[in-house]
Amino acid sequence: MNAMTVIRLVFVWFALMGLLVTTVGASFFLRGPASMAASTGIAFIKAALIYWFFMHLSEERGLPRLMAVGAVTWLAILIGLSFTDYATRGFGW
Amino acid sequence: MSENVQRHEPYRDARQQHEADMMGMYVFLSTEVMLFGGIFLAIFVLRLQHPEAFVEASKRMHVFIGAFNTAVLLTSSLAVAIAVHGARQGAARLSTALFGGAAGLGVVFLGLKALEYRKEYEDGLLPVVSDPGRFSSPIEHLFMNLYLVATALHATHLAIGILLLAGLAWRIGRGNLKLPERAIVVVICGLYWHFVDVVWVFLYPVLYLAR
Amino acid sequence: MTNALDAPDPHNAGISETRAERESYLRAGHTLRSWLLTTDHKRIAILYLISVTLFFFIGGAAAALIRADLVTPGGDLLTNEGYNRAFTIHGVIMVWFFLIPSIPTTFGNFLLPLMIGARDVAFPRLNLLSWYIFVIGGLITVYALIAGGVDTGWTFYTPLSSFFANGHVVLVAVAVFIAGFSSILTGLNFIVTVHKLRAPGMTWRHLPLFVWSHYATSLILVLATPVLAITLALIAAERLFGLGIFDPALGGDPLLFQHLFWFYSHPAVYIMVLPAMGVVSELVAASARKPVFGYAFVAGSSIAIAIIGFLVWGHHMFVAGQSMYASTVFSFLSLVVAVPSAIKVYNWTATLHKGRIALDPPFFFAASFIGLFVIGGLTGLALAMLAIDVHVHDTYFVVAHFHYIMVGGTVSAYFGALHYWWPKMIGRKYPLVWGRLSAAAIFFGFNLTFFPQFILGYLGMPRRYHVYDPPFQVLHVLSSAGASILAVAYLMPAFYLFYSLRYGDPAGRNPWGVTGLEWTVPSPPPKHNFMETPIVTELPYDYHVEREGEQ
Repeated sequence: MNAMTVIRLVFVWFALMGLLVTTVGASFFLRGPASMAASTGIAFIKAALIYWFFMHLSEERGLPRLMAVGAVTWLAILIGLSFTDYATRGFGW
Repeated sequence: MSENVQRHEPYRDARQQHEADMMGMYVFLSTEVMLFGGIFLAIFVLRLQHPEAFVEASKRMHVFIGAFNTAVLLTSSLAVAIAVHGARQGAARLSTALFGGAAGLGVVFLGLKALEYRKEYEDGLLPVVSDPGRFSSPIEHLFMNLYLVATALHATHLAIGILLLAGLAWRIGRGNLKLPERAIVVVICGLYWHFVDVVWVFLYPVLYLAR
Repeated sequence: MTNALDAPDPHNAGISETRAERESYLRAGHTLRSWLLTTDHKRIAILYLISVTLFFFIGGAAAALIRADLVTPGGDLLTNEGYNRAFTIHGVIMVWFFLIPSIPTTFGNFLLPLMIGARDVAFPRLNLLSWYIFVIGGLITVYALIAGGVDTGWTFYTPLSSFFANGHVVLVAVAVFIAGFSSILTGLNFIVTVHKLRAPGMTWRHLPLFVWSHYATSLILVLATPVLAITLALIAAERLFGLGIFDPALGGDPLLFQHLFWFYSHPAVYIMVLPAMGVVSELVAASARKPVFGYAFVAGSSIAIAIIGFLVWGHHMFVAGQSMYASTVFSFLSLVVAVPSAIKVYNWTATLHKGRIALDPPFFFAASFIGLFVIGGLTGLALAMLAIDVHVHDTYFVVAHFHYIMVGGTVSAYFGALHYWWPKMIGRKYPLVWGRLSAAAIFFGFNLTFFPQFILGYLGMPRRYHVYDPPFQVLHVLSSAGASILAVAYLMPAFYLFYSLRYGDPAGRNPWGVTGLEWTVPSPPPKHNFMETPIVTELPYDYHVEREGEQ
């Protein structure tokens, strides 16, 4: 057992818990788009921490890293292009 | 990675095999991202089309049960991360204990989830079994439907994860899974567990914290 | 490299223990068990070949019913309900149980490891699991078909599928959901295989174009299929307990279904056609005995098609109530995807230019593909234009367009691949004359079936109707006549290929005299493909003589 590695993992856990408290706290103050931006932004940071430290991306090379997170791009395509429809339905017609 | 890893067909060497296993699992988890992605799209579309009613529905969620459950899952992920690290070093007893603990935390999560469903059922907010007349609006009904589908799909994944971790703990404990030679099995199961955690990290704010 | 049968590389000792295994994968075990529990990618390919052929003929039988019913304007053969069920079963079976798995799971499985110098795919057991999942999905579909069928069309559009359809929608949705996991596992396996199991020296620049196109296909399989899975799960939930996400009464949106469905199903068109393009690249180079013109562009265009193919799905929804701004964006992106497709066609043509072309069956099928794909592709451009689409949307013009791509394109390439690699897979030659004849018959029958449908559609015949205005009858009769020729033409190879199984001459390692690692091993290949790992030094399609002659 490498003590440094374990300590690092515990620190990541503290960071994740801190972010959890932050996102719950923010939900009491922020409203509308700001709230949404904050909560999804924090969720992305948490996910990044988990992928990087818990899911071994820090040890992998470029290609596996790309494969692990590449789907996010496709998710952005799915949501983004669907929203070209939903966000503009009210206009024009 | 240890040198005396078992090599099997069709690989030339242990490093190649390790990289292929890792890549395969990352690609599999990408397919899971897309699977849950469809539900997230549905949630976002509902919120975009009915922002006020969506927030009203979200306010009736049990924020603190959800928050506590998030903490439970994050903690279980820490346990799994340390267990995987231990397994790669050959610390079998530590791994067994931590995997067992993490699986237990998974059960705690499911128990709290069931408690939450029960409260929602009592408030008449749980779809399928509750009376639709008690929803404040059709949007709330739809919101709760989506909530049920999303959390049920997540809970299914988590239940599979619990079985995986419990199986690992059992196999390592009995010495059926040689460590560190077969550490890749442990790493792959760990990846799955962390991924289920990540899904919850997104589901929680999107469903519980919409304001 | 050598493949001395009795002197395996000591480094790989124990890989193929018995002499039979070293001779041929077909001889490594003769029991049913040795086939059903095999992890050999070549045997799994054969299992797939048998199953997709079966589904091809089930789907073809449904097509025969449809065409027979359309001979008369009154719809005398089938009831309205029966007609709906016939075209639904035709679509579901052909799309998910033939076209999507056809080339990747048979020829992809068989050839990918051989072409890159590997002993198997990355996860052999997962490969077998994927076949079982496919078969289970197929059996459920066939059961649903016998139990009464579905009448929603293969597209499962809401609210028809969620509220009004009476058939076994949930059952078929579950079946396709299950089959989807087979696709996902195949795609995952191919991606890891291409990345991790290439032989020494087999750089990305050395990969055959067949491998490139299968890599691109796998990306789509892995990224798009899960979205179909969740969409079908949502449809099932909608039917079983009124989920409401596609129901306006609860604030849901029926169009959301179409967004989710076409996010998968448009890229799925490229799942069907990209492997076919890979086959054609091989066939063209082999026929012309020349390196493929613009290798890097052909390879790159596969990846470009895979990526841009994800950005165009909205062109199925121009008249569905989608925002016109979104339609404009999707129309533009749909035109962009034509660019890499055109690059491929130009490069194949340039490869054939001044080649000494061998007029063997593979060339005939490849030429059919190119011609029919060009027609299908160009009419696709017409459909991508907003204004034209409003006129021909949901008419036979659309039906003809996608059949030119999927049947004229993919099925021609599938038969081309069968005729090109059959000697490798089985180890025996078939009579070439019959191969040329069936290629010609397929080409003729296909055009007679589907060209009249362009005219029908332009004149206003809507799709999915079986009672139509009598003036349309002439064109419908022509189309049905073509379909009967097509049916015979598709059955022909079954006869002479079966004949060759027993009576064909031994093919030898390289009956066509072409390049490629798969032609350096015996036909049929030994169980573990390569007795010693090959070391690749030559670029693909390295036909020296012709290249010098050209200069």
